[in-house]
Amino acid sequence: MRTPSWVPWVYLGPAVAVMAAACLYPLLSALQLGFYDWSMGTPWTAAKWVGLDAFAAAFKDAAVWRSLWTTLMFAFVCVTAEMVLGIALALSLEGTVRGMAFFRTLFILPMMIAPIAVGLIWRYLFDAQFGLLNAILGVFGAAPVGWLAQEHTAFIAIVIADIWQWTPFVFIMMIAALANVDGAVLEAARIDGANWWQSTFRVKLPMIMHVIVITLLMRLIDAFRVLEVIYILTFGGPGDSTEILSLHIYKTAFVSQRLGSAAAISVLLLVVVAALSWFALRLSNPLKDEERT
Amino acid sequence: MSTQKRHPALVVSHYGALIFLAIVCVAPIVLMFATSLKLQTQIFNSGINFIFTPTLQNYRDVLGEGSFTRYLTNSLLVGVVSTLITLVLGCMAAYGLARFRFKGRKTLAYTTLLLRTVPLAVLAVPVFMIWSQAGLINSLWGLILLYVAVNLPFAIWLLYGFILQVPQELEEAAAIDGCGPIQVFYKVVLPLIKPGIAAASIFTFRIAWNEFILALVLTDRATRTLPVAASLYITDIGVDWGKIMALASLIAIPPLIFTFIAARQIITGLTAGAVKG
Repeated sequence: MRTPSWVPWVYLGPAVAVMAAACLYPLLSALQLGFYDWSMGTPWTAAKWVGLDAFAAAFKDAAVWRSLWTTLMFAFVCVTAEMVLGIALALSLEGTVRGMAFFRTLFILPMMIAPIAVGLIWRYLFDAQFGLLNAILGVFGAAPVGWLAQEHTAFIAIVIADIWQWTPFVFIMMIAALANVDGAVLEAARIDGANWWQSTFRVKLPMIMHVIVITLLMRLIDAFRVLEVIYILTFGGPGDSTEILSLHIYKTAFVSQRLGSAAAISVLLLVVVAALSWFALRLSNPLKDEERT
Repeated sequence: MSTQKRHPALVVSHYGALIFLAIVCVAPIVLMFATSLKLQTQIFNSGINFIFTPTLQNYRDVLGEGSFTRYLTNSLLVGVVSTLITLVLGCMAAYGLARFRFKGRKTLAYTTLLLRTVPLAVLAVPVFMIWSQAGLINSLWGLILLYVAVNLPFAIWLLYGFILQVPQELEEAAAIDGCGPIQVFYKVVLPLIKPGIAAASIFTFRIAWNEFILALVLTDRATRTLPVAASLYITDIGVDWGKIMALASLIAIPPLIFTFIAARQIITGLTAGAVKG
């Protein structure tokens, strides 16, 4: 019995319609909006065609480059720290112990609560007057630090908040990957006289390399998407020292009210994330299995 | 490795490290709840003081503000309705992708996979523009439509993985017994993909309930959700810490409950696609 060709679309139609209307169409509009100069509150017919001007202006804008640099630094520092910490912790804490399920539950809490709560918690902890961090420093006789008032320390603050929130993710992925490593292989390595160092770096890590790379890409993509925690924690300040691209887009659109420029920068961010996602897809493709057959 | 008997000291240090990590993860969240139970004066002269007389004054203030009920209703409505719609459409689409081979399937699959990672900041500007023109701005339906759209790609792919595991023979058998396609889905597929549905609904609800930037841009006084309301306690003069922490704690409660009930399903969702098993 052959199913008529319209049958799949009965199942897929509604979802496709919603994604097309509220996701794909807006993305294409962002591209189009980048070609226009349009201010909020004015009718769309008043928008002026400016061609590639907005894109060219974005590339010439020092603020955009600074923001891109901040984003790259943020993503690089956070993801490196999270991967190293997560893998190290997983290697030292793998193996089954009773109650691991409960610990895992506690570890995912930072990812589950609202980003706005995460931002608030860390803004409170880093507060110069009554924050816990300065109080702890005070115990050791150190002078209070205006964490969120100085450029370098504010950047450290957003990095620490991200590491707190997402290292558990890397840890859980690595624990799951290590649990899948064939015990017989490790046993063979042990019999062959491999020490801890060799069995870890020559056997275990290469065997979970696939998961490591996918986790790395997932974290990298997410690091480029961060917005809300930093919005609450520093709102990009002081100056524009923590103004990552997402926040720069938000401010350009809804504070400076330059929608065309914001759309042009959006396209830039979208290209970066899409490239990373494409890369991730090549490595972990849910369709891969069926393509082989 | 796990078959080897381990030295007791090793087991103790293992637990010690796990407990330390758990404290690092949980303490900041506990601090949020603790701060919500302090008066502004207690907050300002705190530093390290773990002993204080807790007060519910902040909660009384937050709940007493006439608009709280409205914001809560908005948040619940947006959270529940987006989750329900995402699940229904997501199940249908995942089933369609898993069970049929048709023209355009691959293009559709790849587009959906790529949409999964679109930064919300990128959507904010064009959606604001389109919703303004379409009259969807400041309406809960506008927000719900957007949340459904951004959650569908993840939900579809999570459920797709689960549906692939359902033996097609079971469905065929049910069809021979006279079940229609809808009955087949309800009686055969649905019971087998329950863990996937649990994970998909928690992830969707979490986004719709927690999301803040798009809600800030797309709502007004009448349609505001709780996270947007919380953000308004941050002003140029300063932060009303007691009240904002009370509101943030209230916002945090539903996701915390879900995490404790369904940690396993959440971890399935987190690791989906990267780790087998």
